[in-house]
Amino acid sequence: MKFDMPATTNPIDQLKVIGKATERIDGPLKTTGTAPYAYERHDVAVNQAYGYIVGAAVAKGRIESMDLTAAKAAPGVIAIVTAENAGQLDKGNLNTAKLLGGPAVDHYHQAIALVVAETFEQARSAAHLIHVDYERAKGAFDLAIAKNSSTPPKPGFGGPPDSAVGDFVGAFESAPFQFDATYTTPDQSHAMMEPHASIAAWNGDKLTVWTSNQMIAWSVGDMAKTLGIPKENVRLISPYVGGGFGGKLFLRADALLAALGARAANRPVKVALQRALMMNNTTHRPATIQRLRLGATKEGKLTAIAHESWSGDLPGGSPETAVSQTRLLYAGANRMTAMRLAVLDLPEGNAMRAPGEAPGMMALEIAMDEMAEKLGLDPIEFRILNDTQVAPDNPAKPPSSDPQSKAPEEKHYPHPPFSQRRLTECFRTGAERFGWNKRNPVPGKSREGHWLMGIGVAAAFRNNLVMKSAARVRLDNKGVVTVETDMTDIGTGSYTIIAQTAAEMMGVALHQVVVRLGDSDFPVSCGSGGQWGGNSSTSGVYAACMKLREAVAQKLGFDSTKAVFADGQVRDGGRSTPLAQAAGESGLVMEDAMEYGDLDKKYQQSTFGAHFVEVAVHASTGETRVRRMLAVCAAGRILNPKSARSQVIGAMTMGMGAALMEELTVDKRHGFFVNHDLAGYEVPVHADVPHQEVIFLDETDPISSPMKAKGVGELGICGVAAAIANAIYNATGVRVRDYPITLDKLIDRLPEVA
Amino acid sequence: MRPFTFERAKTPADAAAAASRNPGSRFVAGGTNLLDLMKLEIETPTHLIDVNGLGLDKIEPTEDGGVRIGALVRNTDLSADERIRRDYGVLARALVAGATGQLRNMATTAGNLLQRTRCPYFYDTNQPCNKRTPGSGCGAIGGYSRQHAVVGVSDACIATHPSDMAVALRVLDATVETIRPDGATRKIAIAEFHRLPGDKPQIDTVLMSGELITAVTLPKPIGGAQIYRKVRDRASYAFALISVAAIVQRDGTGRVALGGVAHKPWRVEAAEAEMPRGAKAVTARLLADAKPTAENAFKLKLVERALASVLAEAKGAQP
Ligand SMILES: Cc1cc2nc3c(=O)[nH]c(=O)nc-3n(C[C@H](O)[C@H](O)[C@H](O)COP(=O)(O)OP(=O)(O)OC[C@H]3O[C@@H](n4cnc5c(N)ncnc54)[C@H](O)[C@@H]3O)c2cc1C
Ligand code: SF4
Repeated sequence: MKFDMPATTNPIDQLKVIGKATERIDGPLKTTGTAPYAYERHDVAVNQAYGYIVGAAVAKGRIESMDLTAAKAAPGVIAIVTAENAGQLDKGNLNTAKLLGGPAVDHYHQAIALVVAETFEQARSAAHLIHVDYERAKGAFDLAIAKNSSTPPKPGFGGPPDSAVGDFVGAFESAPFQFDATYTTPDQSHAMMEPHASIAAWNGDKLTVWTSNQMIAWSVGDMAKTLGIPKENVRLISPYVGGGFGGKLFLRADALLAALGARAANRPVKVALQRALMMNNTTHRPATIQRLRLGATKEGKLTAIAHESWSGDLPGGSPETAVSQTRLLYAGANRMTAMRLAVLDLPEGNAMRAPGEAPGMMALEIAMDEMAEKLGLDPIEFRILNDTQVAPDNPAKPPSSDPQSKAPEEKHYPHPPFSQRRLTECFRTGAERFGWNKRNPVPGKSREGHWLMGIGVAAAFRNNLVMKSAARVRLDNKGVVTVETDMTDIGTGSYTIIAQTAAEMMGVALHQVVVRLGDSDFPVSCGSGGQWGGNSSTSGVYAACMKLREAVAQKLGFDSTKAVFADGQVRDGGRSTPLAQAAGESGLVMEDAMEYGDLDKKYQQSTFGAHFVEVAVHASTGETRVRRMLAVCAAGRILNPKSARSQVIGAMTMGMGAALMEELTVDKRHGFFVNHDLAGYEVPVHADVPHQEVIFLDETDPISSPMKAKGVGELGICGVAAAIANAIYNATGVRVRDYPITLDKLIDRLPEVA
Repeated sequence: MRPFTFERAKTPADAAAAASRNPGSRFVAGGTNLLDLMKLEIETPTHLIDVNGLGLDKIEPTEDGGVRIGALVRNTDLSADERIRRDYGVLARALVAGATGQLRNMATTAGNLLQRTRCPYFYDTNQPCNKRTPGSGCGAIGGYSRQHAVVGVSDACIATHPSDMAVALRVLDATVETIRPDGATRKIAIAEFHRLPGDKPQIDTVLMSGELITAVTLPKPIGGAQIYRKVRDRASYAFALISVAAIVQRDGTGRVALGGVAHKPWRVEAAEAEMPRGAKAVTARLLADAKPTAENAFKLKLVERALASVLAEAKGAQP
């Protein structure tokens, strides 16, 4: 099914199941510990052996020698996989560095060996017996220095590296109010609860991997490519994922090494990435340096906006697209953005929850607060004054550099209207609910005992992406609808919204729907990433259900345009037949995909919100504790308010981590992230998380899909950190432009204590 | 983790004797620190002696009006003890500021005193660390040192002792009671118990090989406002950037010990004479010979300001 015209009224609009706060259908499995996660699939293959990964001890260089003698002789050891004995291996399309290093080492803790043994303890113990000699090479580990030799990256997910509208330089120079500041955001780790884990088993030349992965089809492709085997010979199964945040978008070392280990050991092998390897072995959100320049009239109209961002990655890698939102969020006739990429020999950077916007908003939304103060304007009014209903800067994709490319030239719309944009309403609603009028605009003036109190605000913004997604639906002779798609549920609630969609479409109760996810034998979905999963995967289910409805109607001789599916029955005029009966003994199966035309080019599809935060900063020590948080979101139809709220409060918590504590600290001499475990890499704990509230504006977006929904899972993190930073400024009068805002950055500038 | 043998000792003397019979052995109590270190092969004992069955899990009054805390009393039980809460409030507060409920349920009094540093280079066996591998160098000096010590440091090591409980014991003038393999017992003042790193950072305390801690005793209660203030980057479940244990009397005199600034709980008795003159004066003496790194120099100001806040709170809290 192709979606190339705005949605009109359709069965989803009945809202009997969709749009209702619905408990997770997989909740009982999760809470009773019976949802099987990858490492716990003891039942799926007999005689599983255990693999333990050895990570490189240097950031860059070569393995001179690797002595496996002692490890091979250790009790229980079955096999040891290294680059030397693994056979010819390619690299996945989506991997920047090889997943099995050697002899060249590309980054710290890059896997260089897998020890396979009868027990986990034996594998771990033997791994420590491997002796490796390295020849160390010099590497680049400091972004502030590498920035000077950065270059424009290839256009990617975040669009082209440069954009320009009007004459920024001229407008900035002549602007009566000018603002120019540089911000930094650190490297961050996904730090999800469940580490990357896989069990691999070979049956002849066919490989099955039970794993924890967000994007089944991507990883099937990269597994096949890396091993040099046909895609058809690879099956990936990932029904439950204990958190991903982008860290499990790709094939990673656990899965590849489990496959190689199983081949070497000639039996199934399970591998979990040790926690201490996660930060350096896998991907992370890259650090950025961002410069913001704003020029405005004395009334507060922005006339000039510039946002430049520098980040680093391994050779062949990609930038953190931190300027994306600045092309779209505020009006202003003269503007430029630029992204530059430096080569760094740190571990591979890649997507983490809201790549681009999450760190980009951290800088832009402090700059807006600073500019508002400069102008003497209320920060909300300043933003509203510069609201826009059309995309102010939508750079064209540069023509393909490949002269052979046959891709048709895409039509470019320089200033498409937003499909929906209710940013102002988000601010107004939030201001009233949160008590914005109680904020003292003069910083450092509100006090509660030992605590300096402050209130801050920031916009939330994240683009909405639509992705092709397929599903198969089966109606059986008991009236049960089974949905199969390789979509994943990474804790987001996919199972439930997919069940709601099928129930709504087929007119059955929620408990009459069975949802099966995360298996590469199922039709290829959009997967979980970029907050596209909710809207796109359910749209795929919508397409398949439309086909099934037609098949049912046809079988019964009903007019499919008039047939009503409700209460487990199909009705047409006076006739009514139970669905179970319509299915017949053999049942009915239909499969379809939702594909998209160019509505996402004619219209700019984005999600909006406003974050409000109250903080308390200890007057003596500078410790910041968040007291209250509110997010108001306008993100299309909310399919399940309960799981959507969970997504947003989770994202707000993660944004708090980014504001106050999360930082992979770089050892710039040895080139690695030093705090590589959950004791050293701090994320918020329960005691940090205050009262949180979420309001969803009542909205449908017929431009996005027949579901009229958009993403929310990433919107919730965008802007939170800046709102906290702005609240800290309001509390203390101290402006910190380098995240995270830890007390050492405040303490020298706090008021004297007696 | 290397393979090891295991035994359960029946009496304290047995345990100490078993230790001397088995060079390379370690006592295991709650195991919350030792087992983690064994998994990473930072500790590689060949033999473990389980001391959980020694009957050292009681809190009893002493003849001179203090209390004796058995070496195996769990942190949770100690912090919940009525007498500790009433008479030694700083200790109860320090305990509950440490780790998490689950860990405190396992952690013991002796194990807590003997927990090893949280320096990340100590934990990463690829990195140089004089404490883990004497002579290999110190990764933290010139590296990531935000958490590290500012006083009593050496060129070999700038690690901190991470315990909260130990800081309170230091301000309370506790005594550590031990038994040695030859059966001899001794009492070690808490001030003498932990070492500075010097050129032997691999040695944390003055305990001798095979010496078992049997109890920690506290002298008669001294009253006063007893405060433990732990400063950290998140609200719970984090080691102290710095901490202040203070006992302040109504006349403004008192005692102060610091955590998170040195290789041992840090107390300078001479500095306490300055207490009536306020935090600045006390801190100047306490941290007189500080040698911070660029990354942890903030701790000096933080100590002063946290202490000021503690003294103000003590004034308000006086009965
Ligand atoms: C994630 C995490 C967070 C933590 N956070 C904090 C915190 O915020 N503040 C804090 O203070 N602590 C914290 N801790 C440390 C915790 O307090 C210690 O791990 C615990 O106190 C150790 O006690 P244990 O009985 O488990 O010791 P074990 O691990 O059993 O032993 C530790 C050491 O003591 C020796 N030992 C044990 N008993 C005796 C004895 N009777 N005589 C001689 N030697 C003995 C052992 O041989 C070993 O070397 C944390 C720990 C973890 C894992
Ligand atoms: S500070 Fe001490 S513990 Fe840390 S690396 Fe240096 S020697 Fe090792």
